[in-house]
Amino acid sequence: MVVANKYEMVCGLEVHVELQTKTKIFCGCTTEFGGEQNTHVCPVCLGMPGALPVLNREVVNYAIKAGLALNCEIAEFSKFDRKNYFYPDLSKNYQTSQFDLPICGKGGLEIEVDGEKKWIGITRAHMEEDAGKLVHSGETITTSNASSVDYNRAGVPLLEIVSEPDMRSIPEVLAYLEKLVQILEYTEVSDCRMEQGSVRFDINVSLRPIGSTDLGIRTETKNLNSFSSVRRCMEYEVARQARVLDAGEKVVQETRTWDEGQGVTLTLRSKEEAHDYRYFPEPDLAPLVIDREWVEGIRKTLPELPDARRARLQELGLSAYDAGVITQSKALSDYFDAALSHYGDAKTLANWVMGDVTRLLNSNQCGVVDSPISATQLAELLGLIEKGTISGKIAKSVLEEMYSTSKDASTIVKEKGLAQISDEGALLGIIDEVIAKNPQSVEDYRAGKDRAIGFLVGQIMKATKGQANPGLVNKLLKEKLA
Amino acid sequence: MESVSIGKSISELHELLVHKDISSTELTKAYIKRIQSVDPTLQAYLTVLEEGALAQAAEVDQKIAQGQALKPLEGIPMALKDNMCTEGIRTSCASKMLDKFVPPYNATVTERLRAAGTILLGKLNMDEFAMGSSTENSYFAKTRNPWNLECVPGGSSGGSAVAVAGDEAAFTLGSDTGGSIRQPAAFCGVVGMKPTYGAVSRLGLIAFASSLDQIGPFTKTVKDNALVMNAIAGYDPQDSTSVPYETPDYTKFLVNDIKGLKIGIPREYFGEGIEPEVAKGIQAGIQTLIDLGAEVGECSLPHTEYAIPAYYLIATAEASSNLARYDGVRYGYRADSNDVLGMFKKTRAEGFGQEVKRRIMLGTYALSSGYYDAYYLKAQKVRTLIKQDFDKAFETFDVLLSPTAPTPAFKFGEKSADPLAMYLSDITTVPINLAGIPAISVPAGFVNGLPIGMQLMGKAFGEGSLYRIAYTFEQNTNYHTLKPNLSGEVLTGGSR
Repeated sequence: MVVANKYEMVCGLEVHVELQTKTKIFCGCTTEFGGEQNTHVCPVCLGMPGALPVLNREVVNYAIKAGLALNCEIAEFSKFDRKNYFYPDLSKNYQTSQFDLPICGKGGLEIEVDGEKKWIGITRAHMEEDAGKLVHSGETITTSNASSVDYNRAGVPLLEIVSEPDMRSIPEVLAYLEKLVQILEYTEVSDCRMEQGSVRFDINVSLRPIGSTDLGIRTETKNLNSFSSVRRCMEYEVARQARVLDAGEKVVQETRTWDEGQGVTLTLRSKEEAHDYRYFPEPDLAPLVIDREWVEGIRKTLPELPDARRARLQELGLSAYDAGVITQSKALSDYFDAALSHYGDAKTLANWVMGDVTRLLNSNQCGVVDSPISATQLAELLGLIEKGTISGKIAKSVLEEMYSTSKDASTIVKEKGLAQISDEGALLGIIDEVIAKNPQSVEDYRAGKDRAIGFLVGQIMKATKGQANPGLVNKLLKEKLA
Repeated sequence: MESVSIGKSISELHELLVHKDISSTELTKAYIKRIQSVDPTLQAYLTVLEEGALAQAAEVDQKIAQGQALKPLEGIPMALKDNMCTEGIRTSCASKMLDKFVPPYNATVTERLRAAGTILLGKLNMDEFAMGSSTENSYFAKTRNPWNLECVPGGSSGGSAVAVAGDEAAFTLGSDTGGSIRQPAAFCGVVGMKPTYGAVSRLGLIAFASSLDQIGPFTKTVKDNALVMNAIAGYDPQDSTSVPYETPDYTKFLVNDIKGLKIGIPREYFGEGIEPEVAKGIQAGIQTLIDLGAEVGECSLPHTEYAIPAYYLIATAEASSNLARYDGVRYGYRADSNDVLGMFKKTRAEGFGQEVKRRIMLGTYALSSGYYDAYYLKAQKVRTLIKQDFDKAFETFDVLLSPTAPTPAFKFGEKSADPLAMYLSDITTVPINLAGIPAISVPAGFVNGLPIGMQLMGKAFGEGSLYRIAYTFEQNTNYHTLKPNLSGEVLTGGSR
């Protein structure tokens, strides 16, 4: 991205994602979101004297799975370290994390922006524990006169995924994040509920003169929790740095925070105030030895990832755009695949899923996993169209009925008598009637006005309440008038 | 019966209980009476649990009345160092910081001793957060050495050693990070075992230095020691550093025979700083073992001189992090302040004693950016070399032998003004913790009326060999039968 015609942006990201294990990383407490303050706690996650951590093996499984999906090397020997700093939400005043031997090494993923494909490198990914949350009394933090701490979140497992400084524009950053979250969702290592803070982003960004290969001085903005915040924050921060450089000044290397309300980034701490985390190996946990069998066992559980799914759908005849929309979320893609196993026409299915089905779900604010119309039911409905039992137009109203009643399409068609009239004898009677009632149109048609037949077909459909098989009506009418 | 019962070994008391010569309640009362009589002088206890102890004893007596079989430790009164968590009972670490801290859970050792049917008499004094070699760093009290009330009992488990030496408990548990069981055991003339790192669960032991801390028993006899180890050792899935291994019955090693056993004498442990009288006493002990058929030879642990600096870097580095949690937010002492940072600073400034603060600062420095490689990392490398020294020595010898401490107990105040001198007195004990191997201190004579201890060091999980030699030595000497001259009349004159 070219900024102010002078600068190129360089960006790398740290993404913290909560792994959706049932229990915390070092104790048996639930990871469930919410809950009354300090009810999902025990001596371990409260940092009581004498308490000791025991590593939750499921966390390692999830970290390996995410690492494999992100094309990372999985370390054979990994260990935990203590990151020491004082903060009230950190119950031991150190965070058990991984420093020099993370579980996942180099990897990366491919993004696509404006048709251009690009590889974004991942430096590493490591396991660590989440901290608790400060709860401030009073209206705002500035008017608050007391704070309490909720440790329910303390010890929830996190995977911190660190990218290379490979991104050069905000669309690239957003494409990377969308792809990353998509992969994490597909592998089911995280529910990625951003509104609950289960994914958080730290942005490292710097500018440099176009053509330069040196890195500029960067700032790190911490703790963003939505794509739109990332976009707004970066727009602000990039412009701010450009102004600093334009004024002939130096960007200050520092940690900044995003103020959502004001739409600005603010200094959190300068380089001089930066913590010295005094990392050292966690003596309460044994190092982690991960044999290849363990890794291969997990590799076998990897689902088909978004890129592979998209390619498969394109092979089935979907456009790149449609395949992208369908595979955007795993839930929608799973729904599509489930319907596809009962109904073979991928293109028609895609049109319905992206069109009427999505519209119905959206207008009812319903997620696809909770859809009252199952994938099998949708497939059956489309099968009825294909067989000519109902018309596409009738099918739309049947779909709505299915949504509100969860009944099968065939049941609704039967109950409401919506089956298409394809009986020639029955149709011929109606055609004769319509011909008799509309001599002018018949004359017009015979005089070469092709449009007149459309009016006659419309009259026949009207007389059959739309149930006449339109193809058959056309054929029979033309034969009559010939 | 009551008055003559206390002071007996666990196995003797067990027999008395089994034969209904005494009830657990009577025994417990006798110990409580003894505590009331001598502890105002000795000050081994920080908390005495008269009511709870008698309730536990009554349960055991009910079992006896019902004719149920008694486990070896059932009905035996004991006490714990005050850094082992006891649910509902204050666990202070002898610190102002945890003056009012009542844990909501039990340490694994507390659970195991409860399951073994023991009677918990109370919690014992120690150096604050187990940091010290004299118990002078306790926030609460100065524990006295029963053999000479002007002398320290050693540390940091001073209370645990004194309670056994002064007959205030049948046995106690202490913790040993750099000698904190063995040195006070030597100073007080009792048996003290520092098991292999990973043999006894650390869950619920308030951490000083996680990679070095181990819990172990103080007893009057080697047999008692093995009996207590039987109850507390063994894998605990709740402690990730606990080692999954099959615990032997340690009493099986108690044979009065050491013929052919190879004992190595590391020359570095008899060098500078070892008081000649102590060395002489230990030499006499070695002669006894030779006479009993042991094959004794000299060996070398060449990196010993680096053990003290390596130990005081690793232990303080871990401590600086382990003790970070004491900030006044969740439990323990809290100082008032207008803001969080102020509260942290004031709480820690007021809640910790001088020695604890000194070690936190040392450890913080050792881990600081730019110094990590030169201090912490280098110390870890030294640790590896020290381990290799032992591995090499154990290729030739079954067990190594040395004085437990370079001197007998010293006087109050003698070293407390000079922390470095205090640290240097740990030279014979800290290498063992760095190597993670087991070592036991057994009474081996007297110097100027004060006990000295002989230290036996074994291979990892080689506690059995240590017990065998210690037992044989004990069976052929009488040091363990000698008692300090403590009578109520004399003691009431002692000042607190």
